[in-house]
Amino acid sequence: MADALLIVEGLTKRFGGVVASDNVRLDVARGELHAIIGPNGAGKTTLIGQLAGEIAPNTGSVQFDGRDITALPVPDRSLLGLARSFQITSLFPHFTALENVALAVQAHAGHSFRFWRPAREESVLREPAGAALERVGLSHRADTLCASMSHGEHRQLELAMALATGARMLLLDEPMAGLGPDESARMVKTLRQLKGELTILLIEHDMEAVFALADRITVLVYGRTIASGTPTEIRANAEVRQAYLGEQEAVSHV
Amino acid sequence: MLYLIEQCLNGIQLGMLLFLLAAGLTLIFGIMDLVNLAHGSLYMIGAYFAATFAAATSSFITGAALAVAATLVVGMVLEVVAIRRLYGRDHLDHVLATFGLILFFNDLVRWIWGPAGMSLPLPMEMLTAVEVLPGVFYPAFRLVIIAATLVVAVLLYILVMRTRVGMLIRAGASNREMVGALGINIKLLYTLVFGLGAALAGFAGLMQAPILTVQIGMGENILLLAFVVIIIGGIGSIRGAFVAAIIVGVMDTIGRAFLPDLVRTFVSAGAGSSAGPALSSMMVYMLMAIVLVFRPEGLFPATSK
Amino acid sequence: MSGLFTPRNVMVAAVLVLLALMPVYCALTANTFLMSFFTRVLILGMAAISLNLIMGFGGMVSFGHAAYLGIGGYVFGILAKEGVTSGLIQWPAALLICGLFALAVGALSLRTRGVYFIMITLAFSQMAYYIAIALDRYGGDDGMAIQRRSQFGDLVNLNNRTFFYYLCFVLLLATVYLVWRLVNSRFGLVIQGARSNERRMRAIGFPTFRYKLVCFVIAGVICGLAGVLLANFSDFINPSAMNWIRSGDLIVMAVLGGMGTVLGPLIGAVAFLMLEEVLSRFTEFQGLILGPLLLAVALYARGGIDGILMGLRRG
Repeated sequence: MADALLIVEGLTKRFGGVVASDNVRLDVARGELHAIIGPNGAGKTTLIGQLAGEIAPNTGSVQFDGRDITALPVPDRSLLGLARSFQITSLFPHFTALENVALAVQAHAGHSFRFWRPAREESVLREPAGAALERVGLSHRADTLCASMSHGEHRQLELAMALATGARMLLLDEPMAGLGPDESARMVKTLRQLKGELTILLIEHDMEAVFALADRITVLVYGRTIASGTPTEIRANAEVRQAYLGEQEAVSHV
Repeated sequence: MLYLIEQCLNGIQLGMLLFLLAAGLTLIFGIMDLVNLAHGSLYMIGAYFAATFAAATSSFITGAALAVAATLVVGMVLEVVAIRRLYGRDHLDHVLATFGLILFFNDLVRWIWGPAGMSLPLPMEMLTAVEVLPGVFYPAFRLVIIAATLVVAVLLYILVMRTRVGMLIRAGASNREMVGALGINIKLLYTLVFGLGAALAGFAGLMQAPILTVQIGMGENILLLAFVVIIIGGIGSIRGAFVAAIIVGVMDTIGRAFLPDLVRTFVSAGAGSSAGPALSSMMVYMLMAIVLVFRPEGLFPATSK
Repeated sequence: MSGLFTPRNVMVAAVLVLLALMPVYCALTANTFLMSFFTRVLILGMAAISLNLIMGFGGMVSFGHAAYLGIGGYVFGILAKEGVTSGLIQWPAALLICGLFALAVGALSLRTRGVYFIMITLAFSQMAYYIAIALDRYGGDDGMAIQRRSQFGDLVNLNNRTFFYYLCFVLLLATVYLVWRLVNSRFGLVIQGARSNERRMRAIGFPTFRYKLVCFVIAGVICGLAGVLLANFSDFINPSAMNWIRSGDLIVMAVLGGMGTVLGPLIGAVAFLMLEEVLSRFTEFQGLILGPLLLAVALYARGGIDGILMGLRRG
C-alpha cells in the first residue's frame, strides 16, 4: 500500500491477562474515511489510545506518513498532524467555544513561551479558530461558554478543535455517541464535507452512519481484526455477519 | 555494636508508630479519597486522653483502653459533623478544611488542658529493661510498643483481607457505587473506617506519650513522616505502609544516632550539633524523592482501581 | 460597560487605596504598629499571589510554597552575614537560588498528580526547613538576626519605614501586573488549559510538563522576592519561616480571597491577617474560631471573598 498515511502492524496490548489488541494490522489510505467497528469490548478505544500515544503497545508498530511513531509522545503526534477526538467529551468548560478552538490553533503556532501579549486578542489565533468553527457550523456560538453548550454542540466543537490543529488525519472516537437524530444527521453531514480533504479513522457504533460514510471498514473482535474491506464486502462477509453484525442487530433491537 | 542493635530496635519501634498513623491515613485516603491533615491532631488527642484517664484511674492499661475508645468516638463524631461533607470534593478543599481542623484542635486542647503539656507515667513493671540478646538490655515498654503494634498490624491485615467488613472496605475503595447498590450502608462504613483510623492514631499517640511529653502540636512532625511513609509505600496500600514505615523509622533513628558523629568527623569539632539530626531528617525526604523518581506511585501501588 | 462599579471592583479599589494611604494615616497618628502590620500584609500578599499563579491558575496545589519565603530570606541573610551587603548582589542571588530550587522541586513533583503532588511539595519544603536547621553557622534552629538591610547606594534607604512600605507596595503592584499579563498570554492560557484538562492539552499538541515547570519556577522566584523583603523587614530569619504551617497560611490566603483572579489572594492576605490580629485581641484561642471558619470556607465558599462579591452582583 504505497499511499497509506497510517500503517499499523502487529499491534498487541495486554492488560494483565486480557489481550485488548491482538496483532492488529490496519492501513488507512490518504484521503480515505476508514471506519472501525466491533462489539463492545472489542478493543476499539484501546486501539485509538495506542494510535494517539496514550497507551504504549507491548509489540507492533505504528507508522504515520512514512515515519515510525510507535514511541512518540502524545503532543508530538498531534504536531505531526494526527488529531483525535474523545469518546467522552473532553473540553475546557471555562473557555468559550472560540477560545477552545483558539487553544488548538495555538498548540500548532510555535511554542507558547510568550508571556506578555494577551492571547485572546491575537488575530492569528482567532481567525483560524473562527474558520474551524464555521466548518462545523458553530460560528453563531463562538462566544458562548463551553460549559453552557449542548452535548451535540460539544461533539461539533471537539471536531472543530481537531480541525484547528491543522490535522491531516483525524482519529474520531464515537463522535455520534449520545446524539439525537437531528444532531447525528448534522454530524454525518459535517463528516461528509471533511471526507476526501482529510484522512479519517472513525470508530462508531451507529452502523447507519458508518455504512453511509466509510470508504473502507475494518472489523475488530476481541482485539483482532477479522475483516477489512469496502462496506459492500463487509456486508457480504460471512464471518463478520456471524461474529458481529448479527449480534449487533440483535442488541440494537432490544 | 550494642548501640547499633539498640538503635535498630528504636528505629523499628518508631517505624511501628509510624505504621499506626500511616495505616489510618492510607485507609482513609484509599477508601474515601480524603486527604486528612488533621490525622496528627487525633494522635495528639489520643495522648492527652491517655494521660488524663490514666491519672484518673491510676492505671496505665485502663487509661490506654479508655483513650483508644474515646479517640474512636471523637473520630466518628468528627466524621459525621465535618469530614463527611468533604467526600467527593477537590483535594484542595480537604487540605483547607483539615488544616482548619488542626488549628481548631490545637487551640481546643490548649483550652481544655492548658498550654503546659502533660506526662504519662509508666507502670513499674514496664520501666525495667529486658535482656533481648546476651548483653543487650532494652526498655520493656519499647518492646511492648513493638509487640502491640505488630498485633494491631496483624489484626488490621486480617480485618481488611479476611473479613466481610474488610471485603466491603476493599470493594468501597474500588467501586463506591457497587457497594452502595448492594444496599450496604456506605455512610456508616465510612464513619467506621474514619473512626478506626482515628483510633489507630490515638493508639500511636498514647504509645508515644510515655517516651516523649504530651504537648500541643506533637502530632505535626510525626504526621509529616507518616505522609512520607505512605508516599514511599504507595497511597492506599497497607502492606506498603508497613514496609515503608519500618524503612523510614530505622533510617531516621539510625541517622539521628550516627550522623552527628559522622558530621563531627568531617566538620570541625563542636559544629554539627544540630546539623546531625537535621541531616537525618533530610535523608528521609531524600529517600522519598529517589523513590518518586523511579516509582512515582510508590513501592507498592494499590492495585484496586 | 456597566460593570465598573461592581461590589467586587469597589472592594478591590478600596483595599488598594487603603494600602496606598496607610503610611499617611500612620504618620499622622504615629502608629508604628499598623505600619509594620501592613508591610507584612503586602509582603505575604505578594507570596500568596505567587502561590495562586500555580495553584489557582495552574491547578498545582503546592503545600510547600513557604520554602521560597525562607530560601529568599536565608540567601539574603547569609550573604549579609558574610559581608556581602549590596542588594544588587543579594537580591538577584536570592531569586536565582529560589528559581533553581523551584526547578529541582518542580521537575520531580510535576511527575506526580493530585494528592502525591500536594504531599511531595510539602516534603520538599520540609527538606529546606531541615537544611536551615542544619546551618549551625547561621543560627541553626534559632535563626539569626541580620545586622544590615540590603544596601542600594545612597539614594535608597531600606531602614526608612515609609520608603520600605512603598517599595513593597510598588513591587506588589508590579507583581500583580506581571501575573495578570502572564495569565492572559499564550503561556497563561496553556497553564489554565492544563489545569482544566491536561489530557486534552497534550492531545492537541501541548507538551504541558515544560510549561507547568516554567510556571512553577516563576512562582518560586516571585515568592523568593517576598522572602527577601520579609527578612529585610524583620531583620531576622529563622527556619520556621518555611514551616509547613506557613505554607498552609499561604494556601488559606489564596483560597480565602478567591483563586480565580490575580488580586484575590491579596484581598485574602489582608482579610486573613487582619482576622488573626483582631481575634488575638479577644481570645488566645483563635483556632477555635479560625479553624471552623476555614472549614466553612472549604465547604460553602470556595470562591472566597471574591466569589461572594461576585455573587452579590448577581443578586
